[in-house]
Amino acid sequence: MNAFESPTLDKRSGHIGKRQTRVEDDALLRGQGRYGDDLATPPGTLHAAVLRSPHAHARLTSLDVSRALAMPGVHGVLTGDDVKRWAQPFPVGVRQPMDHWCVAVDKVRYVGEPVAVVIAENRYLAEDALEGVCVGYEPLPVAVDTEAAIADGAVILHEAVGANVVNDRRFCYGDPQTAFDTAERRVSLKVRFPRSSCTPIECYFVLAQYDVASGGYDVTSNFQGPFALHSVMTRALKVPGNLLRLRTPPDSGGSFGIKQGVFPYVVMMGLAARKVGAPVKWVEDRLEHLQASSSSTNRVTEVEAAVTHDGRVTALRLDQLDDCGAYLRAPEPATFYRMHGNLTGAYAIRHLEVRNRVVMTNKTPTGLNRGFGGPQVYFALERLMQRIATELDLDPLEVIRRNLIPSGSFPYRAAAGALLDSGDYPKAVALGIEEGGLAELLERRKAARRAGRLYGIGYTVAVEPSISNMGYITTAMTPEERRKAGPKNGAVSTATISVGPLGDISAHVSSTPQGQGHRTVVAQVIAEVLGVPLESISVNVELDTGKDAWSIASGNYSSRFSGAVAGAVYNAALKIKQRLAVIAAEQWGVDAERVRFGEGRVFVDGGDASASFHRIAGATHWSPGTLPESESGGLRETAFWTPPELVAPDDNDLINSSLCYGFIFDYCGVEIDRITGAVRIDRYVTLHDAGRMLNPDLVDGQVRGGFAQGLGVALMEEFAYGDDGSFISGTFADYLVPTAVEVPEPLILHMETPSPFTPLGAKGVGEGNNMSTPVCVANGVADALGIKDIELPLTPSKVRTLMGFDEPPRPEGVGEEVAKQTPGGSLLTASDSVEIPGTPRQVFDNLLDPDTLAAIIPGCHALELTGENAYRADVTVGVGMIRARFDARVALRDLDPPHALRLSGAGTSSMGSAEGSAKIRLTEIEGGKTRLDYDYEASVGGKVASVGGRMLQSASKMIIAQIFTRLSRHLGGAAPKASLWQRIKRLVTGKGGQS
Amino acid sequence: MKPAAFDYARPTTRREACDLLFDAGDAARIIAGGQSLMAVLNMRLAEPRLLIDISAIDDLRTIERREGYLAVGAGVTQAELLEHPTLADEVPLLAQAMPWIGHAQTRNRGTVCGSIAHADPSAELPLCLLTLGGEVVLETRKGKSRRVAAGEFFQGVLTTARRSDELITEVRFPLKRPGRAYRFQEIAMRHGDFAIVALAAVIADDAVELGVGGVADRPVMRTLPHGEKLADALNEFAWSLNAQDDAHASAIYRRHLVRELGIRLIDGETPQEDGANARQV
Repeated sequence: MNAFESPTLDKRSGHIGKRQTRVEDDALLRGQGRYGDDLATPPGTLHAAVLRSPHAHARLTSLDVSRALAMPGVHGVLTGDDVKRWAQPFPVGVRQPMDHWCVAVDKVRYVGEPVAVVIAENRYLAEDALEGVCVGYEPLPVAVDTEAAIADGAVILHEAVGANVVNDRRFCYGDPQTAFDTAERRVSLKVRFPRSSCTPIECYFVLAQYDVASGGYDVTSNFQGPFALHSVMTRALKVPGNLLRLRTPPDSGGSFGIKQGVFPYVVMMGLAARKVGAPVKWVEDRLEHLQASSSSTNRVTEVEAAVTHDGRVTALRLDQLDDCGAYLRAPEPATFYRMHGNLTGAYAIRHLEVRNRVVMTNKTPTGLNRGFGGPQVYFALERLMQRIATELDLDPLEVIRRNLIPSGSFPYRAAAGALLDSGDYPKAVALGIEEGGLAELLERRKAARRAGRLYGIGYTVAVEPSISNMGYITTAMTPEERRKAGPKNGAVSTATISVGPLGDISAHVSSTPQGQGHRTVVAQVIAEVLGVPLESISVNVELDTGKDAWSIASGNYSSRFSGAVAGAVYNAALKIKQRLAVIAAEQWGVDAERVRFGEGRVFVDGGDASASFHRIAGATHWSPGTLPESESGGLRETAFWTPPELVAPDDNDLINSSLCYGFIFDYCGVEIDRITGAVRIDRYVTLHDAGRMLNPDLVDGQVRGGFAQGLGVALMEEFAYGDDGSFISGTFADYLVPTAVEVPEPLILHMETPSPFTPLGAKGVGEGNNMSTPVCVANGVADALGIKDIELPLTPSKVRTLMGFDEPPRPEGVGEEVAKQTPGGSLLTASDSVEIPGTPRQVFDNLLDPDTLAAIIPGCHALELTGENAYRADVTVGVGMIRARFDARVALRDLDPPHALRLSGAGTSSMGSAEGSAKIRLTEIEGGKTRLDYDYEASVGGKVASVGGRMLQSASKMIIAQIFTRLSRHLGGAAPKASLWQRIKRLVTGKGGQS
Repeated sequence: MKPAAFDYARPTTRREACDLLFDAGDAARIIAGGQSLMAVLNMRLAEPRLLIDISAIDDLRTIERREGYLAVGAGVTQAELLEHPTLADEVPLLAQAMPWIGHAQTRNRGTVCGSIAHADPSAELPLCLLTLGGEVVLETRKGKSRRVAAGEFFQGVLTTARRSDELITEVRFPLKRPGRAYRFQEIAMRHGDFAIVALAAVIADDAVELGVGGVADRPVMRTLPHGEKLADALNEFAWSLNAQDDAHASAIYRRHLVRELGIRLIDGETPQEDGANARQV
């Protein structure tokens, strides 16, 4: 039984469990929030802009900042050399020789990796000066696809490791081999889960100062925790913990885990401040954020179940590849191990075999993101359950129910070590079926299908872990390695309550909320315990490591607030209450056990004595001499709380990876448009058992938010990369997040089975739908279409493709041959042809002539010979209003006069990098003319690839075509002839392209 | 995401604007609503030396019905045109298409002519102008002006026939003709997103003018027959657009939508309310 139900709480005032309006909202809705960027800056604060790599993988060959330093308002440029001098690489969670610095020192390994930091008087000037930093890159082959990255011959990101798999662990629980050997049926599935992020409205913020006298750093940042990373930052900065004072702003514009990833910038800006001897402020912009902040991992899972004929799963085998991007950034590889203890979900599966491989690829490093590890696990597990039903011809809900952990078996030790604290899963499912109206939904499906429509129902059950065990990450190490490193475990939370001279109550929690309403709930808990009005309590949620009580588990992650932090608040309030009860009891000559609190008063149960709360509490300040001997005077109590259930992983790798485990049962009805492939959510039911609800309004808010984000992952969100590692989701027009129009209102149902392990019986509830919704929708689509392989996001184009096209053939001569295209890639290819006056010889010789070349390259300001048929060119390239000035290398190669040659170019600009080459063939045709055929391949990287994806193919085509039409004009002095395909088009359509 | 330095001018007459444009040429950009340009500037995808803000030129802020067409001045916002009381009678295609443009907030700032000038291949207004056979009026220094037919104006991705010293002063949308039906449909990932495929149709008894946006490098219009030849003609049209794959939709999907939505739009099977009302957010 938890403390809340114990007799120490004498009179329920009803604050806990009440649908209390958030105390935060009034200021936020009036625009009075105080976010990082709103805070006053110290006089002389300078502003930073980060120069980022346009290449996914390249060796740094040179770095010249001299031009930038000479630009107006520039105070300095922080480079890899400075970082090597003053800092060291971030500690990594696995033992591998991989150096991750806050600024690249030898290689860049993902698009957007910081290469230098310009510090100037304002952000405008700093961005101007980015163009003055000259970086030499030697591009290297890339490893982008997760499976390709572990194949033989893949380029290695971290050479010293010798492989892109940087951690490979196998686990065996129970006797899976026998279970599989004797299985009546086996069902297997391979799934890929995409990368995404919950994209907070406010991006990263850092304001850093360096104190020369102490050698310490004072940084304000919207870092969200876990504060274990404070140690990672101090190690990188080479200072003791007390010389990195880290503070957080009063308000936060959302995080969802993502703001854990600001920590490398805390170090970077600290060093930048040191470099220029002034405070430095940096506010991340949206392109930086999407491209290079952090994201969930993308995962490839092969999963297999040993199953009985009636659908009972006896064993599970998982082979998981987690793609953590270019560096293993703390706390990775936690995405795997956060879920490890409860990998068997809500099911009583006793035999489990797991292989976890952590893979490095040329993508942005990953980190916390709401649901952390859950969406990946449940996408495999719950898709598998749906497949079992399909392959065994059973009802999917029946398969789920047959495998649930039975009622009455809690706390339940799951196969991999999770101690599932409380719940009644079969009862919850029954409740969901009943109150969610499943019977009617089944009727809707029947009716829709009768009418020839594509309608499906998806089901999901999930266990939602919360309050992570700080030791779970060490499951990535072998037991031997763990023994050497010493045990890690627990989850310390802290809360401090002060009562002022007038009885006014202030509370502080080291929880760094990101918009969830912690101030409201903290006040509710204190009001409940001390019997004072909620409005009289002031809650401060800023964290200052220089002054506040905190520990490594501090921060806002792992849905730890309601179970752990509110519990610590409760404990601190009990301490205050106990002290006041003793004071009052002595004054009144009664037993302290009889002292009660309520309605702003302290009184004796069954007696006459009574005083206002402020009178009793004020005595600790005004008249400490009147207090009992045990009293120290003053009234401030800090509670630290850690649950004993969170122990380190044992030698058999059993790990209770979290303290609490909520339960979710979701189902949905989806309809698919036969023509467009659009998925419409007809109905969505989500039932949660998150233990005791402290404020059901906030619980509902969490469910709605998680649902919207889960729906986004299901239907549209993906951080997409080209085959060359270019990042192509750089704006909110490319990375699509559902808006109010796209998100239906889910039916939210609740059940309350209090946790026996938290002070208030509450569990986390913030991440459940991020875990359950993507796969629930996928199961609905699988049911509607009757197909096995479902890959998210289920965009209309993708869904329609799953349904198959019966496409009429391309009429002869219409359009272009369909070249090999890379969906979502940045490789641009095309072929075209142009007629040019003059013989092939003349054309060929002209192409080798620098004057001609200068004349035909669009926007060429200067061309300088650098070698045989090799040039350096200064060109402005663009379409429409979009223009960039490139420093380019142009070369003519593979000369086969006068028949063929290759024209290639590569360049960089502030917009990114571009390279390409065109194979040119010259054929003599009638009238002394030449037909010039060309095939080109081009790729672009950096900013332009991130934001221009939709138009790149057309734009590149237009720019390349300009070269040859200009050549034609140059030789003939007349307007060029229409190209072949234009003429064909004109023939067929009676129209022509007017380009 | 801060723009490079630029000069800013806010002329109050067309003449002044044209003089500024003549002097600065390609180094100048006209700004009206800024709904595309500001993002481009902030991302430093363009670094013009001079911005000429035409929002203070009063005589560009008019919507006028003239002989056979509705003239929309360069200062008119999309919201103003959409709220024009007689729009549905005068240019019904616009009344159907414009709710699909971005969101109410962007339509409040974005101008009709700005969208035409930007020539985004997925944009609704260029598609409507082309399908209706409208015109763009361009003015240069000393009040010289010329008219360019929409079919010649749009030349490729973000590329138009506007010369660097020309100011778009108005666009002309032909008025509703008797015996014609006007229909519009669009498929996008979310409300307000760039169209994956947008279709605008002017349907007469003998033939159909169908415009397609979002597929080729510019809006493209084709006259199609009714009846049994329609399917083949649509297929040919679909292939002729040289659809591309991008992160959100494949080329084959785009061709599929041109064929399948095209035939339904023309045959009147597309419930218009779905399009116009459900998306009016």
